[in-house]
Amino acid sequence: MLRSRYRAPNSGDGMHEYSLVSSLMDEIDRQAGAHRATSVQKVHVRLGEMAGVDADLFRTAFEMIQPHTICAEAELVLHSEPAGWACPLCGRRHPLGATLRCEACDVPLRPDGGRDLVLERLEMEVSHV
Amino acid sequence: MCEDCGCGDSELVPVEVQHRILSENDRVASHNREHFAEQGVLAINLMGSPGSGKTALLEASVGLGIGSISAVSGDLATDRDADRLVRKGIVARSITTGSACHLDASLLHHSLHDEELAKAVAASEFFFIENVGNLVCPAIYDLGQAANVVALSVTEGEDKPIKYPVMFDRADLVVVTKVDLLPYLPGFSLDALKDGLAQVMPDPRVLFVSAVTGEGMEGWKAWLLQQRARLLESVADAQEYGHGHGHEHDHEHGHAHSHHDHSHDDGSHGHHDHDHDHSDHSTPHVHPTR
Repeated sequence: MLRSRYRAPNSGDGMHEYSLVSSLMDEIDRQAGAHRATSVQKVHVRLGEMAGVDADLFRTAFEMIQPHTICAEAELVLHSEPAGWACPLCGRRHPLGATLRCEACDVPLRPDGGRDLVLERLEMEVSHV
Repeated sequence: MCEDCGCGDSELVPVEVQHRILSENDRVASHNREHFAEQGVLAINLMGSPGSGKTALLEASVGLGIGSISAVSGDLATDRDADRLVRKGIVARSITTGSACHLDASLLHHSLHDEELAKAVAASEFFFIENVGNLVCPAIYDLGQAANVVALSVTEGEDKPIKYPVMFDRADLVVVTKVDLLPYLPGFSLDALKDGLAQVMPDPRVLFVSAVTGEGMEGWKAWLLQQRARLLESVADAQEYGHGHGHEHDHEHGHAHSHHDHSHDDGSHGHHDHDHDHSDHSTPHVHPTR
């Protein structure tokens, strides 16, 4: 069978994942400064299924940018969060791919989770002086 | 681990952050949104693939009699789209993004430092932000718009909503363009398009238009006028609330789609976030603090 999926080898810096990683690094710098960290060891990021961010590209961008930052040795841990919709009346949740209407209550569902890209937690090396 | 003697030994410290990575963009977007609301101008973020007919839709909007229009066009390298709008008598500027595949709130904000454009925007009823042609990245950047509109041409195929769910998840309205070409597209199924939209939009609002024949343009006009009326109403509400007058009001605003605009919790529609679906209309309305 022929392969029908192809990803350009050099996706380039036009991808928005690069600008998102830059914003991420800005926030990490602020946190590291506030805690007087000497290095960052782990970066935990929550990535929603409908956040519009490609996990592989995000990781590639992170790895490309990290050598020049306080995250040079850091491991990026991506926690993926499935997208959901919920019925505003009965609260029943539906995943991506469902028709977005609650059959029981006959109302449109509401988006419920899986849209955000969030820096959740850092593990930083802090020296005691 | 040495914690007392000051020898410089280090310790691994976990820090809880919970920082939305787009929060800086969203802060600037809120600032833009406040400006547009103060000026009473309805800002529309018009997105869609390259060649989906975004510029043609705006060109065809000039003759509709909806009042004054201003615009910016996002483009990787050229001013061609903005030039087309200028030729139609619209005050328009291009925002060339270089390699970036989308507009962000700060690019838009900086474009409004152009004095002539800023004046035109303030004096207009509608400000169209024609985004970079792309069905992926523009969706996640709030610009400060009152509504997101996605242009989808019939020649792109009916499976686009399922292939690009994030774009349609953020859409307030889908304008299906180039419907004059339908006779030449025997394989195109409107039902398949509607089924696809129903999987990515809880309450899809769809218009079918042709900028060439003018078909469906009255519906587009009606939607625009309705959105602007709602903007002005919410600004008036906010002002009244700001002056400390608690009041009751009736929630029959005549909206054709009272469910839809309140179904998003993603923060991209911050101008009008009070709930119109109260079952008890006699309850005094509590406005959200903003």
